Amino acid sequence: MKDKTIRNLFCKEFTNYLKTPLGYVFLVIFLFGIGYLTFEPGRGSFFYMREASLVSFFRYMPWMFLFLIPAVSMRLWSDERKSGTIELLLTMPVTIRQAVIAKFLASWVFIGVALSGTFPMVLTVVYLGNPDLGVVFLGYLASFFMAGALLAVGGFFSALTKNQVISFILTVCVSFLLIMAGSPPVLDFISTFSPKYLVAIFESLSVLNHFDSMERGVFSLSNLWFFTIMIICWLYGSIILLNGNKAS
Amino acid sequence: MLEVNSISKKFGDFQAVNNVSFKVDQGEVLGFLGPNGAGKSTTMKMITGFLDVTEGDATICGKSILNETLEAQRNLGYVPENAPLYEDMFVLEFLEFVGKMRSLDKEANKIRVIEVINMCALKDVEFQKIETLSKGYKRRVSLAQALIHDPKVLILDEPTDGLDPNQKHDVRVLIRELAKEKCILISTHILEEVEEVCDRCIIIGEGEKLFEGTPNELKSKSSKGRIQDVFRAITTDQKLQGVNL
Repeated sequence: MKDKTIRNLFCKEFTNYLKTPLGYVFLVIFLFGIGYLTFEPGRGSFFYMREASLVSFFRYMPWMFLFLIPAVSMRLWSDERKSGTIELLLTMPVTIRQAVIAKFLASWVFIGVALSGTFPMVLTVVYLGNPDLGVVFLGYLASFFMAGALLAVGGFFSALTKNQVISFILTVCVSFLLIMAGSPPVLDFISTFSPKYLVAIFESLSVLNHFDSMERGVFSLSNLWFFTIMIICWLYGSIILLNGNKAS
Repeated sequence: MLEVNSISKKFGDFQAVNNVSFKVDQGEVLGFLGPNGAGKSTTMKMITGFLDVTEGDATICGKSILNETLEAQRNLGYVPENAPLYEDMFVLEFLEFVGKMRSLDKEANKIRVIEVINMCALKDVEFQKIETLSKGYKRRVSLAQALIHDPKVLILDEPTDGLDPNQKHDVRVLIRELAKEKCILISTHILEEVEEVCDRCIIIGEGEKLFEGTPNELKSKSSKGRIQDVFRAITTDQKLQGVNL
């Protein structure tokens, strides 16, 4: 990071995750939860599939993220606004853009740390068989980018309200819609009141479809672009919101 | 060094600040008085660049807060109302963070942090978490973060609010000390404070400037020398006995 201001703010925000209970609660619940779901005794379980792959592991990633990512993102701005520290932050020589990027990157890297904590899963499948490591890598990449997109959504709603609970609920709802955008119930509902091309656009916004195709080992730049553009748009939205706060 | 030129702020239809202008020079402490809701904090937030101005401009050391926001903010130290702080940081860590954000290099930052810790008498609590500190200490930490980059202009929003008499005294002494080489804008509704620390004062009410002058001028308007009578007469438009506006 060339920008010193972003780097300093990033360091402060990131170490904050390691100093507060939030960070550890997240890590424990995420690692325990994803581990349990992977091996849970259902039909899609790791043992039932009888193959050395991480399919059952990545399958649950969107659903873990649906509840855990908003918990990380909800305090990004709400907390600063509620306690008034945003006054401190924005009267330092920092632009809103720098602050938004630094906070987003800090939370994203934190999720990256959480993801890297699942490395025993990889060791397990490598020990058990001969998995396609390219697919495993793509799965992680997809998870990481999906986390980034959902974090950007959460950051936006955190900038919208001073109340962390509202920001959490809104993020969960919108994330759920985005994840499920390609599923028949949601599409059926949308098609009752909107024309076909809108339904098609909505379907193409589905996080799950983009995640699934990457997680299955199909590498296409368009999937990465999808997540990148989503991150940029939602971050830009946060910048606009925070700039709007300055005016009113 | 600090110049405010007919600054105005509108929230929707509500005119919070209307056409307020003033100037503060080096070595001067300007008291900013007014009843609650008069627009003191809003004016200060506009000068610091936290809020956008609806009309007008403020310059800090010649830099416009509108067009050269970051340059202007570099010469500025600000203690917001109620002294908000990052509660889960340690005092030393927090001050170092602010120093870094103020682009002090590593060595200079270390030296400055020690200096401001001594200046604001924070030596006893430097390894404590901010959330565990008393109100008085929090105020001083907030003052310390505003001083770390040795700014030329200091803006203090009710810095002694909620402190005990001894702490108030200490803060006032510190402000007088700092005033020698800085220009300070301090908002308060404690009128004794004005006499004690301010060279000049401004009274605003309902967003408009109602008075500008020295505390002595303010006092001389009352035949009994009671500054609070004058304040009431100016801000409420009442005719009070012995007050001649």
